[in-house]
Amino acid sequence: MIATGDIVDVLLLREYNTALVVLSTAMLGFAAGCAGTLLLLRKRALLGDVVSHATFPGVVGAFIVMQAMGLDGKHLPGLLVGATASGLAAAWATSALRKATGLKNDAIMGIVLGASFGAGVAMMAIAQGLPGGNQAGLESFIYGKTASMVRDDAIMIGIGTLGVITISTLLCKEFRLLCFDEAFGCSIGRPMTLFDGVLMFVAVAVIVLGLQAVGLILIIALLIIPASAARFWTDRFTWTMCSAGVIGAASGWIGSTISALEAKLPAGAVIVLVCATCFMVSMLAGTRHGLIRRWWRQWRLSRRVLRQHLLRAMHERSPEGTLGVDTLVSMRSWTPGEVRTALRRALGSGDVTQMPDGWRLTEQGRTSGEQIVRNHRLWELFLIHHADIAPSHVDRDADLVEHVLDSQLVARLESLLDASAETPESPHPLEGGAS
Amino acid sequence: MSWEVDGMVILVGVAAALACALPGVFLVVRGMGLMGDAISHAVLPGIALGFLFSGSRESVWIFVGAAIAGVTAAVLTQVLHSVGRMERGAAIGTVFTVLFAIGLILMVRTADSVEIDPHCVLYGAIELVPLDTVAFGLPPVLPEMQLPAALGPILIVLGISAIVIALLWKELRLACFDPGLARTLGFNAGALHQVIMVLTAATCVACFEAVGSVMTVTFIVAPAATALLLSRRMLPVVMLALLLGGVAAVLGHISAVTVPGWLLGGDVDTSSSGMMAVAAGGLFLIAVFLAPGRGVIATRRSLRRLAATVAMEDALGLLYRLHERGEARDDAHVRHLLEADVRIGPRRLERVLRRLQQRALVVCTNGSWDLTEQGRIEAAGLVRAHRLWETWLSTRSSVPASHLHSAAERLEHVTDPDLASALQREVGDVDHDPHGRKIP
Repeated sequence: MIATGDIVDVLLLREYNTALVVLSTAMLGFAAGCAGTLLLLRKRALLGDVVSHATFPGVVGAFIVMQAMGLDGKHLPGLLVGATASGLAAAWATSALRKATGLKNDAIMGIVLGASFGAGVAMMAIAQGLPGGNQAGLESFIYGKTASMVRDDAIMIGIGTLGVITISTLLCKEFRLLCFDEAFGCSIGRPMTLFDGVLMFVAVAVIVLGLQAVGLILIIALLIIPASAARFWTDRFTWTMCSAGVIGAASGWIGSTISALEAKLPAGAVIVLVCATCFMVSMLAGTRHGLIRRWWRQWRLSRRVLRQHLLRAMHERSPEGTLGVDTLVSMRSWTPGEVRTALRRALGSGDVTQMPDGWRLTEQGRTSGEQIVRNHRLWELFLIHHADIAPSHVDRDADLVEHVLDSQLVARLESLLDASAETPESPHPLEGGAS
Repeated sequence: MSWEVDGMVILVGVAAALACALPGVFLVVRGMGLMGDAISHAVLPGIALGFLFSGSRESVWIFVGAAIAGVTAAVLTQVLHSVGRMERGAAIGTVFTVLFAIGLILMVRTADSVEIDPHCVLYGAIELVPLDTVAFGLPPVLPEMQLPAALGPILIVLGISAIVIALLWKELRLACFDPGLARTLGFNAGALHQVIMVLTAATCVACFEAVGSVMTVTFIVAPAATALLLSRRMLPVVMLALLLGGVAAVLGHISAVTVPGWLLGGDVDTSSSGMMAVAAGGLFLIAVFLAPGRGVIATRRSLRRLAATVAMEDALGLLYRLHERGEARDDAHVRHLLEADVRIGPRRLERVLRRLQQRALVVCTNGSWDLTEQGRIEAAGLVRAHRLWETWLSTRSSVPASHLHSAAERLEHVTDPDLASALQREVGDVDHDPHGRKIP
């Protein structure tokens, strides 16, 4: 069992080593969230996948070159320069090949990703055979080695994060243009290719910084997941970027704290799982596109539609009379269960009353029913007279539209059709034989 | 090179390449090639769970676990895409990284009880294939021989894919190219899509152990994309993809054994699966440049030919107009005008003029350029097309008068005599263009 004191110590950064790891992963999460938002909005989410796989041959290549030059093969800045170079090359190759071949994006990305990682694997095997080479540890770039980060790594990540935030703030307007309307940007003479290049550079920089911390596969998660989660909360560009950054930073903070407390939990993977939890919460509870909100609205709409169907069916059949469930079921394609549910709800809201031999509209229900029938028939008449649709085909269309006709639209229909205040006759025979 | 080692590696590589290429073609046509990426990374937790569950390295359990994880990845991606309304790429990235992270944690947690290596999932262990062989043979037809055990599952999946794709050929083709039409014709495009997904998952699971997830991704996407550059018909594309996958596997292994030796000297070799991926990428790159009709070189050449034709036609038109206005056509003047008007450099201009002379369309006498009889006919056709277009555009469209020339300048090069006479009928009995010049 972990003592509460330990948790507080780690969360509040009281211990130097863990503080370093926690802070740098949080910073990395923030930078990745910002850069990932740009990639996601540019519909290039998986470019991070390609670039990060492509850094592997760069790392191994730099190792081989430095070893051959008689330097220390594992000199970190050298390896990262190699990674940056091959990552940028892959990003460039992806867009150049797409332009040259006209093939779909995914095919090009799959090929660049696979071929470059394959080259990395092959170079790695060669590096293992090099005399005097100690390549052990290069593979930590694939999975990351968060726990063993040192001060220099943290400083580097800090500087990188500041760089990403600065560039994103300074070029905010340009990036927004690039993400939402590239063609417009070109037409007003902005150098969109240059901005695209800067964006690619930012993404590659974040990936290279993340290689040390979480490894080349899980950095893809930090680029994609916070940005995708933020999209459920907001539609505004700046807010998406900020919230993605915050989600990324929080995941880094919490994830590396958990992994510091419990041995044998690789930090990178835990960070990704925390990220995934944030994502699931956002997907469900997001205030903009979250599932709960969407389902709630759909549920309310379907309730309203069912009520209106019931009232229209009853009013069309017989506004004053008493109707049985069977009669109502025959009026349109709905199940007896649906009819009973609708009747039960309508009873609750006072639209119908229950008689010994069936159901009957109340005064309130009759008024609403009248209104809906009238809207329905006005729309049918509009379709017949102004859209040249055959009378036998207008019922279905009007059935869909009747629920969304507001009073303004109804007023325009009335003036178009010179309708009186009364409900017009149905232009087609009614279902169930009633007139 | 020996059958016991290299032959078996090549055999397994080729089988894996063929198995990946079959569903790969349909995935790439649908624009979903990276589903292979997602599925093959996502098998990691499945393998770990298979170990945890059975406590053994029996490959049956790895298979079951990996298959469940693979299908889960495909289903989750679909759910995020349709229910969560995420872009497909983002959905793929979210699902496979999370599953990969779960797999890593499971592997680290269980590292004491079972030795499994996440590297093996990424790289595969095709070099170890010859170590595990089984005797196989059908006595009357095939003498009994040692075959790598890894070949079994790959061949089974390859066979199933081949049969399913052969049976559903027409339907799959329809659903890939036009899901909307497939639905209106009463085929369940969604179910057909799921068939391809399941085949992909099965292929990834069967292949990752031998060749690793990265090569699986490459072999799903690269041969299919290369074949799509070479042909536009589905059956040749599938055949080409199979062929290219096989060639890439053979080339990959051969270069893994030989290339490091050339580069570094001595007896070194490198990862076969890595080099197979590189070879598949290399074949794609070759096709990008050399593909007939659609390759970079063919496109360049046809563009250059078009540019040359346009330059020659512009030169003819210019000489015609100079003649019409009665201006001097001395060498320096003509060259100066052409460089300014047609915007080509002096070297290309030289070539254009030489070719016009070769075709006996123009002659240069005493430093003055003149159209021959044949040249005059061709030039008149061009100028006629130009002026007809200007007339037509000025009466039938809202193109402003100041923009008529540049529009007509482009259209004149693609107007054949039939179109010109149709234009003449359209504009009626007009013999002067909007600028007041005579239509030849």
